[in-house]
Amino acid sequence: MSDIFEQSESVSVPADASEVVLEVKGVTKSFGPLSVLRGIDLFLRPGEVLGLVGDNGAGKSTLVKILSGYFAPDAGQISMKGRDVRFKSVEDATAHGIETVYQDLALIPQLPVFLNLFLNHEITHFGPLHLLDKRKMRALTRQYLDDINVNLSNINAEVGQLSGGQRQAVAVARATRSNADILLLDEPLAAMGARESRLIIDLVRGLASSRRVSMIIIDHNFAHLFELCDRVNVMQGGLITINQLTRETSLEQLTELMVSSYRRQIQAAAS
Amino acid sequence: MPEVVTSPAGPQSPAGPSSPAGSPSEPPAGGLRRYLWRAFVAQREVTPTLITIGLLIFFAVKSANFLTVLGLNSAAGFAGPIGAIAVGEVFVLVLGEIDLSAGQVFLFSPWVMYWLWQIGVPVGWAIAASLIVCIGIGAINGLITVYLNVPSFVGTLATNFILFGLVLIFSDDTEATPVPGALPPQTSSITPHVGLFGQLIGVWQWSEIIWVVLIALVVQFVLRKTRFGVRVVATGGNLLGASEAGVPTRRVKIMCFVICSFLSGLVGIVDAVKYGTLDPGNPGVNFILYAVGACVIGGTALTGGRGTVIGAFIGAILIGVLEAGLNVIGVSTNDFFVYIGVIMIIAMSLNGWLDRLAARTRSG
Repeated sequence: MSDIFEQSESVSVPADASEVVLEVKGVTKSFGPLSVLRGIDLFLRPGEVLGLVGDNGAGKSTLVKILSGYFAPDAGQISMKGRDVRFKSVEDATAHGIETVYQDLALIPQLPVFLNLFLNHEITHFGPLHLLDKRKMRALTRQYLDDINVNLSNINAEVGQLSGGQRQAVAVARATRSNADILLLDEPLAAMGARESRLIIDLVRGLASSRRVSMIIIDHNFAHLFELCDRVNVMQGGLITINQLTRETSLEQLTELMVSSYRRQIQAAAS
Repeated sequence: MPEVVTSPAGPQSPAGPSSPAGSPSEPPAGGLRRYLWRAFVAQREVTPTLITIGLLIFFAVKSANFLTVLGLNSAAGFAGPIGAIAVGEVFVLVLGEIDLSAGQVFLFSPWVMYWLWQIGVPVGWAIAASLIVCIGIGAINGLITVYLNVPSFVGTLATNFILFGLVLIFSDDTEATPVPGALPPQTSSITPHVGLFGQLIGVWQWSEIIWVVLIALVVQFVLRKTRFGVRVVATGGNLLGASEAGVPTRRVKIMCFVICSFLSGLVGIVDAVKYGTLDPGNPGVNFILYAVGACVIGGTALTGGRGTVIGAFIGAILIGVLEAGLNVIGVSTNDFFVYIGVIMIIAMSLNGWLDRLAARTRSG
């Protein structure tokens, strides 16, 4: 795709395999006659926050579902730290250190914070009886939330009672608790006020810098991406068309790039 | 009370009697009295308990015959079957599903036991086999819901009809006496040679209600204290989210239908032995509607994600007390249906009011 846009050294795939936690090469996916992904190339550095933008139907969600093990790609390769991987299931991707926070957050509103944090990984005792060790889960929840600077006054509160930002924080905390190397976030700042957004922005930046968690963040909102991300990839029509470091570009430049790339596509489709 | 609802958020009790009495690190904000009040309004069993106590007092005042062994046994007799079915039904309701066949399973399982006993199977084995049949019915209900994507309301309504039809066909539409030889029914006056097993399985007049109490306690424990209980709430509270988190939601659903059928069938046998007759024309729909009513009165939401077994049991007791009490004070049984309807509406609106109060107390 290098003919479409200018690419500086800093945004090309690093030669050193240890500097790449995730690389995607030529991934395609079709649903029946509909070709959603037409050859995706992307990479992710350790501790990097990569933003993924694009119109509805550009294939962002499909790409995330492939990376999280939900769909299998039709063709192409995924490699982690230089080794080719193939995810058989979501659990398989999780075992490889990839966790996903979906837009719906996958939280259970009727369960308290600490049980949501341990959902499907509950600490139990008495062997096959699987009695919940609530005391231990509460203690670990407090400790972990302190670690990542998430301040929730009451971990016994049902998640349904929390604000949108707090819920998002719980979802991110759950994903990173199991020591995920790579976190996929789907619109983490959607429908959030400024104060709430701050909570998540600080959390994401903190996780990226201190814990060396790498993240791919999907968002429609450029302003969010500039707050959160080191680098932005733009998806259009099943391809990645723009790859830019946020510090080397501006909101205006990126918008312009997107518009002109979109025009080229329209012209190409018309001719 | 107003100062309670506007006080800062303090300890929070999730619904259910097993909720922790707050964590030590979160001291009650407004003293013990307010703390107790908050814990009180968070319990969904409050409404049916208050109504039941009110009814007990009302009937006791109205008639001296009510608070006697005979009167209470009559209430327990009404509450037993409803409670047994309701307790199992809570699992399915927490999933956001419903099992309309449980009442028919309750009536079907003693028939299976009877038919097996007739062809020479020893009573113990006949009971075990009929319970396995109940587990199978539950599994079929679950599989139809999960894999054929038939709404459980429809799927279990269908199994309900099938079971009713099977009883009519195989019984030749004639009444039967379950296991007359080995386990004489209670109505023929308790004979001294009935062993402990017979007493426990229904001959002793209190055995059924005790079965139901024990089952309710065990099931409540499972729902609140085990991983399986968390999975049931998760599946009912957010199906997609639970499966994204890796909860085996299909297996959880099938298990809940199995539990519901199994418990209904188990107490169905106890009930049949207690009363000594099997009537093929008795439709299970009667039982299931009372049972769902008991769950709802007890504070279980039909929308899934929330439910209390103890509440369902108390709801069943409420219905039993109401039915027996109206009998004792000489009110026509026809009036019973009007009363039960009115009480359901009162209980539901009180539950809603308590929910809002609890939410405000928490977040206020």
